[in-house]
Amino acid sequence: MKHDFDVLVVGGGHAGVEAAHAAARLGVSTCLVTFAANHIGVMSCNPAIGGLGKGHIVREIDAFDGLMGRVADASGIQFRLLNRRKGPAVQGPRAQADREIYKRVMQAEIEKTENLSVIEGEVVDFILVKDTINGVVLADGSALNAKKTVLTTGTFLRGTLHIGDEKSSGGRFGEAASNRLAERIDYMGLALGRLKTGTPPRLLKNTIDWSRTSEQAGDEDPTFFSFCTQTVAAQQISCGVTHTNEKTHEIIEKNLGRSAMYGGHIDGVGPRYCPSVEDKVTRFADKSSHQIFLEPESLETDLIYPNGISTSLPLDVQVSFLKTIVGLEAAEIAQPGYAIEYDYVDPRCLDHTLRLQDVEGLYLAGQINGTTGYEEAAGQGLVAGLNAALSVLDRDAFVPSRMTSYIGVMIDDLVLRGVSEPYRMFTSRAEYRLSLRADNADQRLTPVAEQIGCISNERRVMFAEKQEKLTSAWRQTEGGVITPADLRVYGIEVSQDGVKRTGIDLLGHPNVDSDAIAKIWPELDDIDPAIREQIARDAKYVYYIDRQKAEIESLLKEEATEIPLGFIYTGLPGLSNELAAKLTRISPRTIGQANRVEGMTPAALLLILTRIKTLEKSSVSG
Amino acid sequence: MDTIFALSTPAGRGALCVVRVSGPGALGALTSMVSVEPKPRVAQHVRIVDPKSGALIDHGLTLYFEEGRSFTGETCVEFQLHGGPAVRDALLLSLSRMEGLRPAEPGEFTRRALLNNRIDILQAEAIGDIVSADTQEQLQQANALMSGKLSSRVEGWRAAIVRAAALLEATIDFADEEVPTDVYPEVREILSRLADEFDEELAGYGAAERIREGFEVALIGEPNTGKSSLLNALAGRDAAITSEFAGTTRDVIEVRMDVAGLPVTFLDTAGFRETDDFVEAIGVDLAIKRATAADMRIMLSDTSQEDEPSFDGVVLVDGDIRVRSKCDLGRSETLLNISSTTMEGVKELLSQIAVELEGRARLAGSVSHLRQKSSLEMALVDVRQTLDLLDDAGSDAEILSAHLRSGMKALDSIVGRIDVEDLLGEIFSSFCIGK
Repeated sequence: MKHDFDVLVVGGGHAGVEAAHAAARLGVSTCLVTFAANHIGVMSCNPAIGGLGKGHIVREIDAFDGLMGRVADASGIQFRLLNRRKGPAVQGPRAQADREIYKRVMQAEIEKTENLSVIEGEVVDFILVKDTINGVVLADGSALNAKKTVLTTGTFLRGTLHIGDEKSSGGRFGEAASNRLAERIDYMGLALGRLKTGTPPRLLKNTIDWSRTSEQAGDEDPTFFSFCTQTVAAQQISCGVTHTNEKTHEIIEKNLGRSAMYGGHIDGVGPRYCPSVEDKVTRFADKSSHQIFLEPESLETDLIYPNGISTSLPLDVQVSFLKTIVGLEAAEIAQPGYAIEYDYVDPRCLDHTLRLQDVEGLYLAGQINGTTGYEEAAGQGLVAGLNAALSVLDRDAFVPSRMTSYIGVMIDDLVLRGVSEPYRMFTSRAEYRLSLRADNADQRLTPVAEQIGCISNERRVMFAEKQEKLTSAWRQTEGGVITPADLRVYGIEVSQDGVKRTGIDLLGHPNVDSDAIAKIWPELDDIDPAIREQIARDAKYVYYIDRQKAEIESLLKEEATEIPLGFIYTGLPGLSNELAAKLTRISPRTIGQANRVEGMTPAALLLILTRIKTLEKSSVSG
Repeated sequence: MDTIFALSTPAGRGALCVVRVSGPGALGALTSMVSVEPKPRVAQHVRIVDPKSGALIDHGLTLYFEEGRSFTGETCVEFQLHGGPAVRDALLLSLSRMEGLRPAEPGEFTRRALLNNRIDILQAEAIGDIVSADTQEQLQQANALMSGKLSSRVEGWRAAIVRAAALLEATIDFADEEVPTDVYPEVREILSRLADEFDEELAGYGAAERIREGFEVALIGEPNTGKSSLLNALAGRDAAITSEFAGTTRDVIEVRMDVAGLPVTFLDTAGFRETDDFVEAIGVDLAIKRATAADMRIMLSDTSQEDEPSFDGVVLVDGDIRVRSKCDLGRSETLLNISSTTMEGVKELLSQIAVELEGRARLAGSVSHLRQKSSLEMALVDVRQTLDLLDDAGSDAEILSAHLRSGMKALDSIVGRIDVEDLLGEIFSSFCIGK
């Protein structure tokens, strides 16, 4: 079959653009198909990028030379490093992004990408030859042939918008849903589920009484997403803060029955961490107030995103509860809050490269896999796009590991454990949190990206220089030794055990920073401040990371024990039918992966391991 | 999948023998041997025949348990037949000839119950303890384990540690939300309580382990003070060789007895003295070692000398008992007088030993296996380190959390496992997350 493209990406959201850009970076001919090219890079929900766990993912995408980090930097109108007063492992960069600039910069990036073309149209079907997807069919009947297809349809699969008891079909406010494609996917027999999420009403900026709200400013010294960004590009602004009160709650309670979510109009499961204001009032009845951040959507428009009051109450109730809130008494609604329900594909149908296991040539990324969040979507887009291209090039697949990246944690969680609510990243999901930091994403991943060949020459050179500086600075800091007795002179107290400490050892102490050790070894003062700071972050957790090494090693051993393809779980004595069915569906490739399947017990794992050993023995002897 | 069968009663002749079958072929095996329809969980009195020859094996009771409602979780069948070797062999032979059936390996029924989540690992350990219990105290301890006393304690600890970790995680992952910022006081309170409880539980391990494994009581004294005679008197049989010659006993002789429900092993040791006899010297060394390690020492002396004799290496401690042996030949004013010849004072000695050991047994905790104890100790180390770090102003929440996670893992290994979903669940049910 003749192919129009090597890789075809369906969808121009956060997953789609990363997937298309990543594939194109590997030099294969790539096409991005979307409803409307001027909607590429739209932020449908809150106008912010990053945060805890999420900021880590953006840094990781950047380490691969992906788009999200630098586009967010270019459009950032307020930068804040969350958890600034906590340790570096749990600090996450976050930025308010100007929706308009973000979209514009993203579209410009796509425009200038070599090997990448954009086609407008609604995808309604796949070209399916035997069990292989060979591209897609558009609504006008035209066909686009491609060797690999990446589907990133977000909330558009049978998307339904709810405002009170009003229901309409749509993938986003004012945009059509993809219903024909959903039917086609249904027909392919994939396991589908239904999830929901919500968004607050958008308010007009000049109808808010800003004198009555408090102000939250950004950091004075902004922390960027991209390792390449040096300065802010857009004008910086503050957000407003106000609160709900008992009057607000009273109105919401009285009208609960009219909410789409409480009135029984929605079956999908919503996220626990992003509750609607109805949820907040019901589940936390003892709280008399909840905070609301008033986030400007753009410097160029008059829209405010009131973060904290997502709702699916009818418009008249939204109007009346807003009136009770300080500063919002006269606020006008530009677009009502709504809940959206959509189909997702059970991600346990995927392998670790985000390829569908039962259908050749099709990759899924983003909200279609049951996740929520721009960053989670983009991270998956990167992995799916790279793997689609690697597969076209007949090269080894890229499987991110949960030991080295948040993206790896996310994909491993998705394909092995599935989702029960929209999946969002938290730092607590990463068991190796102390080593998977936002600050060292490039140290962890850029070497991998370089091997794959998806980074620019500039980044390669820049990273190599940084790495060299880090290595020599580490050596220098480790080189100096001092006795506990001598340390007293510098006001540093450690146990007087006579064991000499190196600079690295000292940086592991809670109250010792790089300035303190530079007093002991003045030559450390000559190190570039950014490098010095990085050494301090790396050194901080050395003790704990060493402690985890034994655990990682045993995990690596588990990961090295492969489960043969086609391993038969059914009928394995002692394995419950339920678990056998689950394992058959998920088909873990290693003992380590099997161990992370939900409901797995140590006893069952031992059983599988024993069976593999028996099989190996019999295949050797016979 | 294999169907397994095994004789569940001891080999040999008895009134009854019980044979159990478990697995998918169990019901088929039963129906091929009886002419009535098996009813689940009903004892049926039937004729049992060999399916191939049709020969009658025995009349007896059969029981059938459906899958999911049996001990192993699989389909199970039980035969209760007359306890003669011929009946038993005929039944086992018939079963072994059936396709898909094979004799069970040791412990395989319990293992299957474990695999099918019918019991947890603690209950599996308890079953082993129940079967090997010799005394009433051992049985009570095993039953407590079986009924989930320790499981529920561990579950309680887990819940507490999850709560503490969730408090810390909430301040980390939801720093921007309306979560309480100063969670350290509650974390400290939870962890101090846990540390105390772990301490208490571990302090009770010694006694609990003794109840399970048995106490050791060493009979010590100079040569020829009548230690071996006392051992024989206690055992009610000639367990040790006695003679009028000093230094007769050279090895350590053990006799296991039930003392007021507690398992006790009495050790008869070589008498302590300087000796040129090479073999006896080894015996004396061994005696000192075992006597020191024993839970309790009974020191015998057959002279009127009332001072405590001293031997290198063995020190009497609180709870040890001194007796005047051979009291038919001379008595003591202060010590308990015993005579292995007249049996005077022997009962009294036993009851003194019982009182002492019962006192110790009362301190027993729920942790009785070394495996359980090691895990609990590991958890304690992490809880203590977290507490130390909590007091240090410069400590970061993510480091506290790293310790708690490793503590959780240790606790977890006692019963099952935990994962991050537990943590998030606790966070979401406690705090209103989502601005």
